[in-house]
Amino acid sequence: MSNTASHTIQLIPRPGQHDGEGARVAEAARRHLHLLTGHVQTSAVYTVRYPLTAEQLRSFAAQCLQDPLLNDAALDQWAVAPEFKSYILVAKGPGVTDDEGTSAQNALQDFLGLELDIRTQHIFSKRLYLLEKELPETDLRRLAEELLGNKLINRFVVGHTAQGIRDFTPQPGGGADSTTHTIRLENLTDAELLQLSKENVYALNLEEMQAIRDYYYAPETQISRAEAGLTPDPTDCELEILAQTWSEHCKHKEFAALIRYRNGVTGEQKEVDGLFKTYIKGATSEVDRLLRENGNDWLIKVFSDNAGAVRINKESLFVWKVETHNSPSAIDPYGGAITGILGNNRDPLATGIGGARLLFNTNVLCFGPPSWSGPLLTGQLHPRRVFEGVRKGIEDGGNKSGVPTVNGAIVFDERYRGKPLVYCGTGAVLPMQLAGQDAWEKKIDAGDRIIMAGGRVGKDGIHGATFSSIELDEAAPATAVQIGSPITQKLAMDFLLLATRRGLIKCSTDNGAGGLSSSVGELAGISGGATVALEKVPLKYPGLRPWEIFLSESQERFTLVVEPAKLAELNALAAEMEVELSDIGEFTDNGRLDVTFDGQPVASLSLEFLHEGVPRKVLDAEWQLPTLHEPKLPASLDATELLLKLLGALNICSREAVIRQYDHEVKGRTVVKPLMGRTGQAPQDAAVVQFNFESWEGVAVSNGILPRYGDIDPYQMSAGAFDEAVRQIISVGGKLPNLTPGDGIFWSVNDNFCVPDSVYDPVTNPDGKQKLAALVQLCEALRDMCVAYHIPLTSGKDSMKNDFKADGQKISVPPTVLYSMTALMPDVRRAVTSDFKAAGDVVYLLGDTYDELGGSELYHLFGELGQNVPRVRPAEAKDLYQKVGEAHEQNLILSCHDLSDGGLAVAVAESLFGDDSLGAELNLEGELPALTELFSESHSRFVATVAPEDVVAFEALMNGRATRLGIVTDGGRLVIRHQDKTVVDAAMAELREAWSNGPVNRVMAGEELTLHA
Amino acid sequence: MNELTATTHSVHALVLTGFGINCEEELAAAYRLAGGAATIVHFNEVLNGQTSIHDYDVLNFPGGFSFGDDLGSGVVMANKVRFRKLPSGRTLLEEIGAFIKAGGYVVGICNGFQMLVKMGLLPDFAGQQEREVTLTHNASGRYEDRWVRLAVNPNNRSPFLKGLTSLEVPVRHGEGRLVIRDEAIRSRILAEGLNCLTYCDSTGCETAEYPLNPNGAELNCAGLTDTTGHVFGLMPHPEAFLSLYNHPDWARRKRLDPALSEEGDGLKLFRNIVEHISQTRAAQPAEAAANQVSL
Repeated sequence: MSNTASHTIQLIPRPGQHDGEGARVAEAARRHLHLLTGHVQTSAVYTVRYPLTAEQLRSFAAQCLQDPLLNDAALDQWAVAPEFKSYILVAKGPGVTDDEGTSAQNALQDFLGLELDIRTQHIFSKRLYLLEKELPETDLRRLAEELLGNKLINRFVVGHTAQGIRDFTPQPGGGADSTTHTIRLENLTDAELLQLSKENVYALNLEEMQAIRDYYYAPETQISRAEAGLTPDPTDCELEILAQTWSEHCKHKEFAALIRYRNGVTGEQKEVDGLFKTYIKGATSEVDRLLRENGNDWLIKVFSDNAGAVRINKESLFVWKVETHNSPSAIDPYGGAITGILGNNRDPLATGIGGARLLFNTNVLCFGPPSWSGPLLTGQLHPRRVFEGVRKGIEDGGNKSGVPTVNGAIVFDERYRGKPLVYCGTGAVLPMQLAGQDAWEKKIDAGDRIIMAGGRVGKDGIHGATFSSIELDEAAPATAVQIGSPITQKLAMDFLLLATRRGLIKCSTDNGAGGLSSSVGELAGISGGATVALEKVPLKYPGLRPWEIFLSESQERFTLVVEPAKLAELNALAAEMEVELSDIGEFTDNGRLDVTFDGQPVASLSLEFLHEGVPRKVLDAEWQLPTLHEPKLPASLDATELLLKLLGALNICSREAVIRQYDHEVKGRTVVKPLMGRTGQAPQDAAVVQFNFESWEGVAVSNGILPRYGDIDPYQMSAGAFDEAVRQIISVGGKLPNLTPGDGIFWSVNDNFCVPDSVYDPVTNPDGKQKLAALVQLCEALRDMCVAYHIPLTSGKDSMKNDFKADGQKISVPPTVLYSMTALMPDVRRAVTSDFKAAGDVVYLLGDTYDELGGSELYHLFGELGQNVPRVRPAEAKDLYQKVGEAHEQNLILSCHDLSDGGLAVAVAESLFGDDSLGAELNLEGELPALTELFSESHSRFVATVAPEDVVAFEALMNGRATRLGIVTDGGRLVIRHQDKTVVDAAMAELREAWSNGPVNRVMAGEELTLHA
Repeated sequence: MNELTATTHSVHALVLTGFGINCEEELAAAYRLAGGAATIVHFNEVLNGQTSIHDYDVLNFPGGFSFGDDLGSGVVMANKVRFRKLPSGRTLLEEIGAFIKAGGYVVGICNGFQMLVKMGLLPDFAGQQEREVTLTHNASGRYEDRWVRLAVNPNNRSPFLKGLTSLEVPVRHGEGRLVIRDEAIRSRILAEGLNCLTYCDSTGCETAEYPLNPNGAELNCAGLTDTTGHVFGLMPHPEAFLSLYNHPDWARRKRLDPALSEEGDGLKLFRNIVEHISQTRAAQPAEAAANQVSL
């Protein structure tokens, strides 16, 4: 603390005040690291780099930072009680978002009544942990890196208090200048081109590098560059723009590739002219035709904007987007997840003109088992850490933005321990018209200004798009990590809402992967060009090179298109709402993207080459039947024991401790929440959210994901996941679309593929053809299901390289697809929840059970996969869903729960978790063996209850598709007989205990898990 | 929810937003559904003088995460109220003092309650707006969203709570644990009935048991008033229970009683305040109305 220009304020707990964080750190160190720290005391530390008098510092600390009931403040000296022998100081790295520091700057400005520079960092927040025990520095560092922070984000100083406490305060910036370099590609060998691509994280392959070289050194390009005063060689910025724009993340090259497909089982051979075009866009075109033929014209905008849009009614549109944020979450779980959720929020916010009101978030997370005890590769984080960090990111991203997290799912599989999958979804409502314009349109004319709004630009997140397009390895770049700032985004969101309604914004888009290069590059395609002056872009700190400014993925930024005449009014509104706007250029129609810095050219690219120049990939896919068999389970198995085990299984057990940390009801419109019933514990299928307080219209939201089935049959895995999401919506009272002319029941679906590297390479990816064939089959099933149910895809994403490589090994995710569905609920009051409601109600199984235990949770208990994967029978399923819809219409169904993991027995138990006084007595009279009847995971089934007085009407309506199983009792026991023999007999309290005390809630309670996942 | 247009607009609530506040829409809806009117304005509109709190009957600090709870929940916003000067030359806190003296009501929910506490407005026995209690991290160390039952103190001073004995509401917070400065303050809170809402079990008995008391608050206290009853703050969210369909158990309850009211417990608080202000105003000559008093 020799620097006179800076001050330090340390807040320590007052004597007698509970230091919960300190106690938790000590406990976690003991459990997870087997380190005994003794008593741990935590302090908040603020380093202030504004010039303050001693009196100003004292009163700022006392009035703004210190809570006089909770803590004491030490100024410009460390307060260390003598019992503490070791310390760990956790600071943020240079340039890392420091919201707490920024908030302190706000507080200081208000307190002094002065205008301070609060856009750049002058107050730095830190934590100081004092430990009673004198631990070796290696242990302190381990504690710091594994429990207190992430070395990609934080800087740690550790030591012994006897030597005094060393401080660290970030000094970002400096070093770089504003020059633009050129890179010579001419005459480079293939090997040199590839080396260049790898060194610069371009993630471009040889053909793409060659295409760029050939384009630049073609005589006509050389002539036009010379005429425009440009260098013959490409600039660093130009190559970076091309790499971002051509990245797999942005261009979806593998979904656009020509695929030579051979099915080794059937002998079928075909060429697929692009997966996206053939199956995804193809399916939606076909569904749109079927819808319009029948007077249903609610499909408004698909695939062509940040999110898909469907019409709710004459006044409003529903906007829906689901994305993934896998790679960042692997190396910085908290930062990856929070930027994932905030980034995904910006998609519906900036669809069309922009300014949609966010309605809800949902998320699906795939992790390795938290009890993983196997080896970790270099740079690989333990699955428990990934889980805890991602969960916290989802919590802060949703809760602090005021967007309810209405449902979600967590899937565990060892193959997600390298790269987790983090799917974030956001639904929003956009008025049909904003200030007299069609809100879903993006119109841009030459002369419109390019306005950047929201956060400032730093080095964070440079290369995010290219980074996510390659496998992760131990050398993952630290700059690819970002931390979201929900508060900055909330301010920008509030501003966007008002500005669009006042007609001040012509259209908008978000700055996500690729930053300005991507947002301006894409918008320029509408007007036909753009020119950007990078010196106008406000920076968090100096020292960014021009290309870094253009490529940075610093969060919470929107690019707005504004007519010059409206700029003054827009600026005034922004000033009032404390949102920073910068006029950084204008749209043109000259066919070029021009970028300058202080008048000097930095990049000049033809839009045609930028957007169309990427060579098409040609890939090979070949399907061979995996070796599969049905296992022989021991004959003596006790179904009650199996049910108890299944309820405590990682993929079935209660998620309550996770769910409760998400705000699922802010906005006051969540009608079916994730957990319901008298106990507030019964898990639900789809969530139901009311649009507003003026009507009872709302939307049902569901997710379908079944990765394990893909190990047996990718087609059936994809079809099953689609059906799972559909039946969850049917379960809560939704109706299939297009059943009657002009019924206006919209459905809007996002598909999200997350697959391992599926490009064949004889050395690095020898089974690439099989993986790509699996992907083709996933897509075939998707098309078939969309058309069968008349359900359209409106947006989606593909993430193609979900592999973690280190130490010569590779951990690949199983090919995974998530279908995230939404459907109109005309009256949310008619929603049906899963929990059984009252003793005496009659229990039914809806749909048919088959011998389909392949991929089931039951087999997984025995370490088996099996062969008989559940198959979707779309015609039968559609017939059932129509009947269930009709029964809902007539208010005949009192509870309804879809059957999925663990089959009928698990679904019945879950339906009873809503009320601790209820039980059920059921008889299974099917022909299949008891374990199959109980645990088969056949699709398109529900367990439902019906009031005794409605039984006749219900059975007549269902016409053989409902099997009466028994009744709800008030005995608190679940008894299931199979062909007159009791197979399950258990107290509900015991079943509930197994489920509630399962591994997920125990991880959240900080317990160390030793059980095998 | 049928009555969307207010029958009388004579009761007007000002609902503040901005800087991470996020429950403003449902809070405004609560007043409208209760027959009053509500206007949502950005905090800065009040700080820069475009909107005067004295034109309204109830000043509302909604829930949310103002400034991300950095520096402690509600602190940065409370600082704005305490230190920023309005064009009048006074701070907003001084304006609020005058607003209360003139008969206006101030309510803070969740993050809004945290702001009121950190402004020193609750319970404010000394009348100096000094912190006599605080709200800090839940004993569990976690943010949690769960439904709780509250017992209403029969000696409470808030017209919001008139006629109520208990209610169900969700809590959604990470910093709801009430800590009281000393024994003297604790005794006065109890003696004067300022602990208007208490976490209780299903039978209505006060409890310290987690999760019935979700945060470990002293006195199992979920809400406080000041001694005038004009300032009211609570951690749970009554504005999140405006309709039956907000309750996690609505479907079962409706099965057992198909004629169950479609209104939620939370709406009662807003009906109460709207009715109270209307009646007070009807009983008084017009010139005594809150918004007529100048500083």
